[in-house]
Amino acid sequence: MKKVHSANHSRNTFPKAATGIEGLDEITGGGLPKGRTTLVVGSPGCGKTLMTMTFLAHGAMYCGEPGVCIQFEESADKLGANLISLGIDLDDLTRRKKLLVDHVRIERNEIEETGEYDLQGLFIRLGLAVDTIKAKRVVMDGIETLFAGLQDQAILRSELRRLFGWLDDHNLTAIVTGERGDKMLTRHGLEEYIADCVILLDHRVTDQISTRRLRIVKYRGSSHGTDEYPFLIDDDGITLMPVTSLGLTHKASKERVPSGIPALDEMLGGKGFYRGSSILVSGTAGTGKSSIGARFADAGCARGESCLYFAFEESPSQIMRNMASLGVKLDRWVKKGLLTFHAARPASTGLEMHLAVMQKMVAKLSPNIVVLDPLTSIFAAGNSHGAQVMFTRMIDFLKMRGVTSIFTNLTASSGEGHDYAGVSSLMDAWISLELVGGNGSGPARILSVVKSRGMAHARGGRELIVKKGRLDLAPAPEEVR
Amino acid sequence: MNNAKKSPAKKSHSARRAKPETWDLRLYIAGQTPNSISAIANLRKICEERLQGRYRIEIIDLLEKPQLARGDQIIAIPTLVRKLPAPVKKIIGNLSVAERALVGLDLQPST
Repeated sequence: MKKVHSANHSRNTFPKAATGIEGLDEITGGGLPKGRTTLVVGSPGCGKTLMTMTFLAHGAMYCGEPGVCIQFEESADKLGANLISLGIDLDDLTRRKKLLVDHVRIERNEIEETGEYDLQGLFIRLGLAVDTIKAKRVVMDGIETLFAGLQDQAILRSELRRLFGWLDDHNLTAIVTGERGDKMLTRHGLEEYIADCVILLDHRVTDQISTRRLRIVKYRGSSHGTDEYPFLIDDDGITLMPVTSLGLTHKASKERVPSGIPALDEMLGGKGFYRGSSILVSGTAGTGKSSIGARFADAGCARGESCLYFAFEESPSQIMRNMASLGVKLDRWVKKGLLTFHAARPASTGLEMHLAVMQKMVAKLSPNIVVLDPLTSIFAAGNSHGAQVMFTRMIDFLKMRGVTSIFTNLTASSGEGHDYAGVSSLMDAWISLELVGGNGSGPARILSVVKSRGMAHARGGRELIVKKGRLDLAPAPEEVR
Repeated sequence: MNNAKKSPAKKSHSARRAKPETWDLRLYIAGQTPNSISAIANLRKICEERLQGRYRIEIIDLLEKPQLARGDQIIAIPTLVRKLPAPVKKIIGNLSVAERALVGLDLQPST
């Protein structure tokens, strides 16, 4: 969890309480409305409890705002162990009176109701907890279990209204969680009582691909992002992709980056790619796309730059073995810590999740160079409009950070092939590879520079030589010129 | 299930209550609200009628001892907790419907 300073208040006039969830504080202009109650809605397992505990722990650890959790969910009992890995020590925070969790259990089968009552017992428990640690934040997690535990719904509803009023009166920044309903937003219509801020968490599984999304349904009096934002739950907790209007504001670098193949640099105005540019390498199977990507990474590491290599088809060891046969020794850079592989099967999660993971890794490792091999695989994992938007953001994100990136793309047959989600138009340079001819020594791999923004590039094809100990360009054979 | 092998003579012995069990009842209130006052009155009446001489009532005012609410998982006020005889039972409300209260306490079978 990172310390997040409350954002500027130029557009948002009232104070916010930072949640410590990367990305969420960004799109809300600083966090949740301070002194007010936020409703977080989602189906079971969508991350509600983790989100609320992060909010409490962040307040307690970094904002000087102790927090109380009234926990109605039995399933949340084991949460403590999971939070340790996120750097949140519930026991320690509890000992230091920064955090207090009160578990509320209602055993329906041992309760009989007769005559009038109110929920003053709950108020007393909450009040005592808040007073004990001088809490500024409160979470009521799973409060809808009361609807199953108590028969008199009229009493319950009027008491809930009183409870949310109590939270407001005491100027507490609160989160109440609710189960997603069919007809209403929440199963029991909690949104009727909480009007200031409503956040919807969604966990969809389509074609066995799981995607988590967050949307701010409502945020009274504050500007906020309205998109659905993909988010991750992993060893670092919840990360919302920081996607706030990256736009095209990045500064274009004039610095050039050699490709690692001098003859290719020669084709690119003599100096190679622009630093911070996005490069597409497309071609049919076996044309040497990966080799060009790996050579670029190798050359970067040799200059002392760091490189992040996303491998979506081959394992790192396989890539290193294959490249070693061409005289490109990547293992030494891995040992030196300059080269990091991230290998994953694209089908395991959706494209959005992949992009989210990738974006997060880039933010964490701050590489100079990114190789993504191949792009085709991740687009095969789900090609929606949302995916294209995400990918555009990813490219903007890389550019903002001045990362030079190579994306390989498998085309089905010769020619331009399928242009996944219009990626080629997003690219600054495009290198095409195809197999041509077939007489004599077999087909030749022909490399040509389709486009290269901002520089004069060579026309016509060259033959890519991929053989033992060598990766180079040669003039194209006579018959394909 | 008739078990002929075991001595049938013990049957009558176990059917008889060995000694009257003391009922341990705890009533949670929060100040002298109308619901609390009527709950106390209704509880005393039930006990006198049904459990004369073998009950103990402890009244806990959570305004005075708020820390006691957690232990018995009190949410609603008033709540009556039957600590003994086991199992623990809870009845919430001012006990105005005597019949329901008796069912809740297991003093009367559910109809």
